[in-house]
Amino acid sequence: MKILKLTFAALAALVFAASVSSADMKKLRIGTEGAYPPFNSYDTDKNLVGFDIDIAKALCEKMKADCEFVAQDWDGIIPALLANKYDAIIASMSITEERMKKVAFTDKYYNTPARFIASKTAGIKNTSPEGLKGKVLAAQSSTTHATYLEDIYKDAEIKLYKTQDEANLDLVSGRADVVLADSIVLLEWLKTKDGQCCEYIGEDVQSEKHFGKGAGIALRQGEDELKGAFNKALAEIIADGTYKKINDKYFPFSIY
Amino acid sequence: MNTTPIAARTPPKIVIKRPWNWQRITGLAVLAVYALLGYFMVRMVIVGYDPEFFGKYLPRMFHGLWITVKLVVVSIVLGALLAFPIALARNSRSRVLSGFAFCYIYFFRGTPLLAQVYLIYYGAGQFRPFLVEWGLWGIFRDAYFCALFTFTLNTAAYQAEILRGAISSVANGQWEAAKALGLRPTVTYVKIILPQALITALRPLGNEIIFMIKGSAIASIITVFDLMGETRLAFSRSFDFQVYLWAACMYLAMVEALRRVWDRLEKRLTRHLQRIAD
Repeated sequence: MKILKLTFAALAALVFAASVSSADMKKLRIGTEGAYPPFNSYDTDKNLVGFDIDIAKALCEKMKADCEFVAQDWDGIIPALLANKYDAIIASMSITEERMKKVAFTDKYYNTPARFIASKTAGIKNTSPEGLKGKVLAAQSSTTHATYLEDIYKDAEIKLYKTQDEANLDLVSGRADVVLADSIVLLEWLKTKDGQCCEYIGEDVQSEKHFGKGAGIALRQGEDELKGAFNKALAEIIADGTYKKINDKYFPFSIY
Repeated sequence: MNTTPIAARTPPKIVIKRPWNWQRITGLAVLAVYALLGYFMVRMVIVGYDPEFFGKYLPRMFHGLWITVKLVVVSIVLGALLAFPIALARNSRSRVLSGFAFCYIYFFRGTPLLAQVYLIYYGAGQFRPFLVEWGLWGIFRDAYFCALFTFTLNTAAYQAEILRGAISSVANGQWEAAKALGLRPTVTYVKIILPQALITALRPLGNEIIFMIKGSAIASIITVFDLMGETRLAFSRSFDFQVYLWAACMYLAMVEALRRVWDRLEKRLTRHLQRIAD
């Protein structure tokens, strides 16, 4: 029985130590996907790079927090936040009503529209539900784009992929007729060798219900102090020009 | 001479000692953890019961279950058909045949199913112009077919190896006896060797099907909406862990059904080996 007691004492000490250290050092764990260029992806040295990452680093600096990045598959990115694997998601997550039921969001840190792309030779021009009737539409699963396709395009076949790259690959191979995704992400891909096959079709896709008010930082509900700190830091980097510097590093126009 | 039998004594009472030692405490602690986990799982399903959610996703999951069953049954049957010639080639005296079969089995057993599925699905995408020329693009375009094709090739390798081992395990005397009776090799194979080999192969074959049932979840990553695909979709919409619990129950049910069929099959195949009471 003595050992049992000892074990409990050790466990209690561990829990106590953990709570103390987190309070003192202000350590923050940031969840991101790492497969969504140019916003967040790995470079050849396995370092996380991109717009989201730079913004996150700038925010951490303003908040004087010691930040650590955790890469997580998109499918499980909200569940892992709720399971306390990290404290905030900075991964181009759109602020939508549906997600607000599970997580809290800061103010938006950028907003870019969604667009369709298709093969240059396919001759698809009409992106309305009638125009894409019977076509194969592709998107990344668990995204606002996937939900939008499923809600609006009832008469088309919808294919969902684990990453955006895989969806694009199937557009190249011809398994999918069109891809719906963030216009900036697609623009970046259209510049690559694989992307030469394809082009934007139609106009920006509008639906605030589906795409929300832009991308925000997702936090667990009830952590108002952290939310306030993020919003304050966000306002600061926009005011002092840090945001613009990062924006210009990636894009020739403002995406705020 | 004294012939009175020795009086029977009552056997000593068996005292089961159950001291509070470490093994017992650890065992009980582990049991308690399991019980707690089980309790939370059941509670999650009861507390989280949401008729709207059930109505929306359960039919889709059953549809996914059907896709999974189709994938597994068709690939196992086609794989079995392929496995016979491969096992024969592997056992053959021809170096070329046996070498070819060896390489095939070596590759498919030695690489992850996930990698094979990716290779065939996205690989086919890269070779589209050739496939179009050969008129094969129509089928390789389809994700379901790609999954089926890979699973068939994969399970054929495993089944061939199981079969080869089982055939080798049949005693040589059986061949000699058949020869002595003047039976042709084909007849010997079909009527004498295979029935005995199948008894040995039955259990490993059952294992292989179970692996396939679970491995088929890989199809979900190449956009096939099998049971796992539907589960992931439901989860991504709801973030409710329950759906994984339902999926686990469905997979369990499939494996349990297979286990029962296999018990029956084994009883039937080994009926000549069973002792009859009396």
